[in-house]
Amino acid sequence: MERKSFLFSFFLHACALLLAVIILAPVLWLFIMSISPAADLTAKPLVWWPQAVDFSRYATLLSSVENSAGAAFVASLTNSILVAGMATIAALALAIPAAWAVSRTPSVGWSLYMVIATYMLPPVALAVPLYFGLAHLGLLNSVFGLALVYLTILAPFTTWLMKSGFDAIPREIEAAAMMDGAGLFATLRIITLPLAAPVMATSALFAFLLAWDEFFYALLFTSDLRAKTLTVAIADLAGGRVSDYGLIATAGVLAALPPVVIGLVMQRALISGLTSGGVKG
Amino acid sequence: MSGTSMTTRAWLLMLPLLAVMIAVIGWPLADTVGLSFTDAKLVGTAGNFVGIDNYVKTLTSSNFQRTLTTTTIFAVISVFAEMVLGVLAALLLNQQFYGRTVLRALMILPWALPTVVNATLWRLIYNPEYGALNAALTQIGMLDAYRSWLGEPGTALASLIIADCWKNFPLVALIALAALQAVPRDITAASLVDGAGPFSRFRFVILPYLAGPLIVALVLRTIEAFKVFDIIWVMTRGGPANSTRTLSILVYQEAFSFQRAGSGASLALIVTLLVAVLAAVYAMLVRRTAGSTA
Repeated sequence: MERKSFLFSFFLHACALLLAVIILAPVLWLFIMSISPAADLTAKPLVWWPQAVDFSRYATLLSSVENSAGAAFVASLTNSILVAGMATIAALALAIPAAWAVSRTPSVGWSLYMVIATYMLPPVALAVPLYFGLAHLGLLNSVFGLALVYLTILAPFTTWLMKSGFDAIPREIEAAAMMDGAGLFATLRIITLPLAAPVMATSALFAFLLAWDEFFYALLFTSDLRAKTLTVAIADLAGGRVSDYGLIATAGVLAALPPVVIGLVMQRALISGLTSGGVKG
Repeated sequence: MSGTSMTTRAWLLMLPLLAVMIAVIGWPLADTVGLSFTDAKLVGTAGNFVGIDNYVKTLTSSNFQRTLTTTTIFAVISVFAEMVLGVLAALLLNQQFYGRTVLRALMILPWALPTVVNATLWRLIYNPEYGALNAALTQIGMLDAYRSWLGEPGTALASLIIADCWKNFPLVALIALAALQAVPRDITAASLVDGAGPFSRFRFVILPYLAGPLIVALVLRTIEAFKVFDIIWVMTRGGPANSTRTLSILVYQEAFSFQRAGSGASLALIVTLLVAVLAAVYAMLVRRTAGSTA
């Protein structure tokens, strides 16, 4: 590149350092709170670095002793995995055929735009009837009911991503396979779906993260350990009378771990997904 | 294959998705419209038809007007700040410096942090008695006494906006960075030769490449910010003295806390309409920029 003055280079590094501090400080503080003794966190002046590192809260939250804070946390963790997993699988199962059909038959595209437009609907616009509907079906406070509701968010979103994925696969390849005598479903199974595997994986990850992050419907439609998800459990901790701030921080670290790991490992795929389709924040 | 049979096949493949969407979105939305003309309660009887009473009451209530203002302030300031910070961060990350790859990877952290965890984290940071912000500001001498950042109407909304920006500006930065990397090297080099200063280079050479992706990010973020619920519910529940109450919080309170399903529904539809208007305005903007750069 062009020659850069020393001053400019110094300025760049100073800005980069500032940005790194802004990004890292809050996350690091969450982690430090989770391993600091409770007394350090309520000391004045505040102890920024623990005298003795204390990982016991992780053991507490991940233990399954009955009626403990751990049992409640593990139950909500399980519920989050179940709900997000079921909703993701169902959303992909609905989205893949529909997205392929629209990608190959543009004349029906308008129906897809209607589906995508529902992304803009505020959840409050659906909440009351969904509440009545779930109550009627006996699906309030149930992981199945919540997963079903999550399709309102996940299905349009995955359809949108999958459609742009199929658009990138030339239809000539499919035509060639059919010319050789393969039927429609054989062609899809042997040619199209393997080529679409990367975009399917990206869509599945995005869908899982969206469901993992969801709070509003979970707050409304779940009430105890049978269906409460992590986000609701953490909001309960944050708003409740828990005196150990470290425990709240630990729950936060554990809930953040799966998406952060996915984010860091899959960065490239995620960013190309972000830029091709745009994404919920 | 003929056109009609292809269309039939397409509809068959779309049938499962459309059926589920009608069941979980179409029907509830229609039902919300129906409810909004009744005085139905969340529990108990179905309620009576009251015409447009709910709408009239909502639109003329000072609660609604105040909440609309709060929501607009939250959305405009946080999205504007996210755009500016995001573009600045992207311009920085597009330069050469030590640790650039690591810093780029770190940008994914705030985005990956679940919204509720982010809200909880900032609630702890703002804690009036033991929070890190109070501790840090008093230790460096910028603050004399601990403050209740989320407990005072004067600072609560600003504190929320900072927490929201921290989580969302990195996403804007990553989108803008991807766009910046598409700017051809020889164009920036040519503008240097032509003697363009840094600001005119940004305005005339770089910004045209950024405009498209940034408008998409702007649309999505504005719609999200207008619907905001999670971060506010976890940090302040709309308080203190309703100073951080946004439209979604108001609908929640009306429909679920006060159990007035009918008037909650009318309020929810007003919010939906406002979001739809925003989206339509932006759709026009997107089309216009797409036309001008093509």
